[in-house]
Amino acid sequence: MELSRRKLLAVGASSFALLSLGTSAALASKADEAIAKFTGGADAGEGALELIAPEIAENGNTVPIEINAPGAVSVTVLADGNPVPNVATFNFGKLNASRSASTRIRLSKTQNVIAVAKMEDGSFQMAKANVKVTIGGCGG
Amino acid sequence: MASGVKPRVKVPKKASAGDVITIKTLISHKMESGQRKDGDGNVIPRSIINRFVADFNGENVIDVTLEPAISTNPYFQFDATVPESGEFHFTWYDDDGDVYETKKKITVS
Repeated sequence: MELSRRKLLAVGASSFALLSLGTSAALASKADEAIAKFTGGADAGEGALELIAPEIAENGNTVPIEINAPGAVSVTVLADGNPVPNVATFNFGKLNASRSASTRIRLSKTQNVIAVAKMEDGSFQMAKANVKVTIGGCGG
Repeated sequence: MASGVKPRVKVPKKASAGDVITIKTLISHKMESGQRKDGDGNVIPRSIINRFVADFNGENVIDVTLEPAISTNPYFQFDATVPESGEFHFTWYDDDGDVYETKKKITVS
């Protein structure tokens, strides 16, 4: 736990190269599973759904994100490189005006943030954003 | 466990009927993810707020399921329509069974 910043960066850089080859496939499939669970296996197309995330996040502990999902009933947000891909699920009520929300999330490393929206007609939409993380937010 | 939990909510005091208003909420909570380890290498157990609900006069505005990937001091911003005067009711549910609540009145003219 007592890693200096210098060491951490060195370890991070080398392990990242390995990780991105080795485990990203396994982690990505975890995220795919989570998406399939949300959509019930249905295909998610592109649409009005918008996911706004920073291109580069210096601190993975608090990354601001925003979703805009006109016509959506609920939106789930996933991070495909986190130990647990699920981030949050927003269910919009009758009095929700714009079907949009923003929050702050944790990202353990550089990865894709994915939003999947369930629309009022039962179809699904998906949006992705790649976020480069300088310092991971999992406290490992 | 959850000490010093303090919900903070920003709701305008007045609005016109049918207006769209923006609500900001923040609750101080450490959101222990269950991934971190203490000095002895033992995993610190997960302790987070797992659900947040905002209602207006009994009608739902937003209902969020939170996972450990939500940052410390969970923050949410969203929009609501206010058809008449009334009260917003915000509820946070903690893993340990605690429920934190706060209410905000709004006058609609």
